[in-house]
Amino acid sequence: MDTNIILLLLLIPLLGSLATLFFGKKLGNASGVIATLAVFISFVVSVISFFQVQSTGTPIQVDLFNWIALENFNISFGFLLDQLSILWLLFVTGIGTLIHLYSTSYMKGDENYAKFFSYLNLFIFFMIVLVTGSNLLMMFIGWEGVGLCSYLLIGFWHKNQSYNDAAKKAFIMNRIGDLGFLIGVFILAFLFQTLDYMTIKEALMQGTNHQINMWLGWATLALFIGAAGKSAQIPLYTWLPDAMAGPTPVSALIHAATMVTAGIFMITRLNFVFDLTPWVQDIIAVVGALTALFAATIGLVQNDIKKVLAYSTVSQLGLMFMALGFGAYEIAVFHVITHAFFKACLFLGSGSIIHAMGGEQDMRKMGGLRKFMSVTYITFLLATLAISGIPPLAGFFSKDEILMVAFHENKILWFLAAIASVMTAFYMFRLLYLTFFKDFRGTQEQKNHLHESPSAMTIPLIVLAILSVIGGAISLPGASWLNNYLQPIIVNNAASNPHILGTSEYILMALAILGALIGIGLAYSKYIKKNTVPPIDSEISGFHKVLYNKYYVDEIYMKLIVKPIYALGTFFRDYVELVLSEIVFGLGKIADTLSLQGKKAQNGNIGLYLFAFVFGICFLLYYLFIAR
Amino acid sequence: MVNVLEIIGIDSYIYLSVILFCIGVFGILYRRNAIIMFMCIEIMLNSANMLLVAFSTYHQDASGQVFVFFTMAVAAAEVAVGLAILVAIFRNIGSIDIDNLKNLKG
Amino acid sequence: MNVTILLLTLLIGALATYFSGKSAAKVALIVGVASFVECIFLICQQQQGVNVGFLAQWMNTPNIHIALNGDGLGLSLVLLTTLLTPLIILSSFESPIEKKNTFYALVLFMAFAMAGTFLASDGFLYYIFWELALIPIYFIALLWGNDTFEARKKAIIKFFIYTFAGSLFMLVAFIYLYQKAGSFLLQDLYDLNLTSREQYWIFIAFFLAYAIKIPIFPFHTWQASTYEKAPTVGTMLLSGIMLKMGLYSIIRWQIPIAPQAAKELMTTVIVLSLIGVVYGSFIALKQSNIKRFFAYSSLAHVGLIAAGTYSLTLDGMRGAVYQMLAHGFVIVALFFVAEIIFRRYETRLINEMGGIRQQAVKFASLFLILTFASVGLPGTFNFIGEFSLLFGLSQVNIWYAIIGGTSIILGAFYMLRMFQKSMLGETNSKPFADLTKIEGFVLGVLVIAILFLGVYPKPLTDLITPSLVEIMTQIK
Repeated sequence: MDTNIILLLLLIPLLGSLATLFFGKKLGNASGVIATLAVFISFVVSVISFFQVQSTGTPIQVDLFNWIALENFNISFGFLLDQLSILWLLFVTGIGTLIHLYSTSYMKGDENYAKFFSYLNLFIFFMIVLVTGSNLLMMFIGWEGVGLCSYLLIGFWHKNQSYNDAAKKAFIMNRIGDLGFLIGVFILAFLFQTLDYMTIKEALMQGTNHQINMWLGWATLALFIGAAGKSAQIPLYTWLPDAMAGPTPVSALIHAATMVTAGIFMITRLNFVFDLTPWVQDIIAVVGALTALFAATIGLVQNDIKKVLAYSTVSQLGLMFMALGFGAYEIAVFHVITHAFFKACLFLGSGSIIHAMGGEQDMRKMGGLRKFMSVTYITFLLATLAISGIPPLAGFFSKDEILMVAFHENKILWFLAAIASVMTAFYMFRLLYLTFFKDFRGTQEQKNHLHESPSAMTIPLIVLAILSVIGGAISLPGASWLNNYLQPIIVNNAASNPHILGTSEYILMALAILGALIGIGLAYSKYIKKNTVPPIDSEISGFHKVLYNKYYVDEIYMKLIVKPIYALGTFFRDYVELVLSEIVFGLGKIADTLSLQGKKAQNGNIGLYLFAFVFGICFLLYYLFIAR
Repeated sequence: MVNVLEIIGIDSYIYLSVILFCIGVFGILYRRNAIIMFMCIEIMLNSANMLLVAFSTYHQDASGQVFVFFTMAVAAAEVAVGLAILVAIFRNIGSIDIDNLKNLKG
Repeated sequence: MNVTILLLTLLIGALATYFSGKSAAKVALIVGVASFVECIFLICQQQQGVNVGFLAQWMNTPNIHIALNGDGLGLSLVLLTTLLTPLIILSSFESPIEKKNTFYALVLFMAFAMAGTFLASDGFLYYIFWELALIPIYFIALLWGNDTFEARKKAIIKFFIYTFAGSLFMLVAFIYLYQKAGSFLLQDLYDLNLTSREQYWIFIAFFLAYAIKIPIFPFHTWQASTYEKAPTVGTMLLSGIMLKMGLYSIIRWQIPIAPQAAKELMTTVIVLSLIGVVYGSFIALKQSNIKRFFAYSSLAHVGLIAAGTYSLTLDGMRGAVYQMLAHGFVIVALFFVAEIIFRRYETRLINEMGGIRQQAVKFASLFLILTFASVGLPGTFNFIGEFSLLFGLSQVNIWYAIIGGTSIILGAFYMLRMFQKSMLGETNSKPFADLTKIEGFVLGVLVIAILFLGVYPKPLTDLITPSLVEIMTQIK
């Protein structure tokens, strides 16, 4: 039974992927339906396993076979369905189903329609492997596999080389993180002679010593680098905004809701290890807070609708990492889930807008869309309110919890995160006002084309909007279902020592709401009252320009890292290779020169030969008989 | 039978042989005509032969004289081949000056 | 039945091919497939505990045996040889080749010599096979190569003399060992008690031979130009199988004979190998010729394999064997990809390609899988090799794993860059026909092998582990 659940869960999306890949042309539009159904079945299976684990209380663990044999231990091809992985499964397959459904309409007419669904299903497959793997290396299969799918989907329109560049960049930056992941795996394997989460957990329960703790620190740091790559944290975040080159459903599914949360999943999964290394946790918290603020500032001035959302994602992920750094894993997970709801909704909404605008993504050319697309507008508004932290929507609860933890742990980081939250409210409403309010600023042709999207696209929007509204219910302050649910996973669970809602908490809540309102108010006064439209690129100046150009981080990376690598490559190719090659030829040349010199003696002059002969004899005779 | 060495001492034979040998060597070194060089080689050979014979008598041992017969036979064969080569060379290039024979240079 | 049958099949097959005139290609293919079947059969036998080795006295003075090993390590590499040989032969069916009978006879003869190298367990016999393998590839590259005769002669002769000169050091080492042991048999050489000074020099002598063959930085300068000038079949044989001879010999001969020296010189050789990893990757980034590109990527990969073997850990060595096979599969497939593009576009310059993906979907998909296999994506066999290698290295020193691990990043960098430039972008104005059946079959078999072993490497693990454990005990 357990094996069947696992196999069903894994093979259905894989089969869906293969079917749409090989028979895509014959299936035509049916491939979208098949792919959607495949993910939906996975969702149903996830729900079944959820209830099974809830009722029995024991995780489902299945080892299919021994995968890699190492000297001291074997790595099994095994799967583990416990509370954490099922939670992730539920929202990955759930949101996955919605986005598949959305894509059937969004991608209609694309020449590689079937292939798109094949990739999406493959992504779901790898995501399932990632969350259900029973050891770190199984997670790594999924970890790299989703990276592969991300590469394929960002560069889905592969005729455009700049999209391909974005895809390549995403994969390579992820690979930097992956190396960190692997190093972490090596250290853990070295310490514990296993990669199973359960076994590592048991080993750590027996206590550690100073030496092990030091190595654990390096391991968690390396793993955090991996997480930073996958979840777009400083300094490896620059791929995520570029990844918006992919079709919008991809941005919603992979680059907002699921794949980018893999880093948080991994750290939560290994919370018992991270708990032992406080200094790494501090680094995580600081990096998270800085990322949240840094990305938010960039998001303030972007004009591409998807870029704003991308920086918003980076910023929100930063908040989650900050929570992880404070050891508040369940709160990070909570925010992952609510964020998945409203950010997927926002991305899909933006997809709906882009669809209506005929591919236009620049907000300066939008405006007034409220009249044309009411469903999109309402869902978008709800999601925007949720992300801005307006009660009682989902985002309020999760974000507020993070801020509260931060306030208790570290006031400076709390301040940074609070500023980032105000900025979030500002740029999200800026986005909303610029796209939906005032008059339409595009061409007449676009205006005629404007329409509400078909129901396959609006239904997912509505569902996600509803979830964004009520999603907070899973972890209400004081009475958190999520905390209790995650109790078996998280060793230092906050639920075991629930903080009391005191005065300071209420003040903090009020402050957070106030901050959100300030952000919204600023956006309102600027874009509705004063009716400003962001200036065209050439008129941007001063600090605004620095922000608009993303602090020139890409350019700096290009100059400091990519260019030197190329230069070194050229240097090696043109000079070092030449020198090495010449040394080898040089050995040959030495032999050649010597023989040329020796050749001169062999000049064919018999007189000389005879002279040498006589002289030689005389010398030998002298040496043998006289000199001795 | 009178031992000839009692009339002329062994040392004189040695001196003569050395002188002949040196004449041969210098002839080889200085002359460029292949035939004359051949003759010089013969002088050298014969100087050695003479020394062999002289010592053979001195030691009252006939094997030295047997050696000389062998040497003379070999020398004769060598001259026969050598002269044939020289004739062939002369026919080809019209000269037997060894300075003109440089085809074997490396 | 033992391994001599396999060698005789290849040898007689080579002769038969030479005398079979116009149908040479087919005869060669049949011989190749037959040897593959035999190899599978032998492996099954060996797994059931049957001794498939062979031992007979060849000469009394000097004391030389015809000794062939039938253990898993040798057989796994013979498997690589006999799997790749028919595929390589098949891949050339659609290329215009003159004097087919000589050509295919040489290919089979080379397979014979390489299989012999992997099986021989007598130093003298091993050395003969080792040098014998050089002769056919010399003619294949010289007579059927690319570019003008003069241009390729320079590269090929350099390759020949360079590798040959390296091997002579190994010969000297063998002669010295013979003086000591009075026999060339591998086991007798293992049993020698050499002083650490002797081991040092023997290790160095072997190292020169192997470092040039593999090649390890800085002995690699023959590689790129030879790969470029040789015909694709020759390049495949060289990169797919022949350079594994050096790696295999490290495990089989060099380290167990001089274990003490291997421990002392470990840092040096690992560092050299790792320099090759980074250096090869950097140069690959700036290559415009696709064959040279693969040559340098190959330099980076084998550098990591060499580092793994010299780590002297079971994981490193096992990873090395995995990766030898995986690299063999991938590099042969990739060179075939280059050949497929050349057949249609008559170019090897990456910049002159591009926009192929839309026109040839099957080809692009297989190429993409190979690209990701080459960068070691989990699920492919290469990942298992790379992981074990890096894990073995990390057990010695975590920094080795980190530096070796940069190949994960740099590999992705250069491979994706190449893939993007050669395949993606606006649809090329020149038409590109999708794969023919033969091309599809060859690439398909290799891709399936890579994916299958990537998920389920257990059969191979079972095959090689006993012999590696034996070697590990010898080292200790």
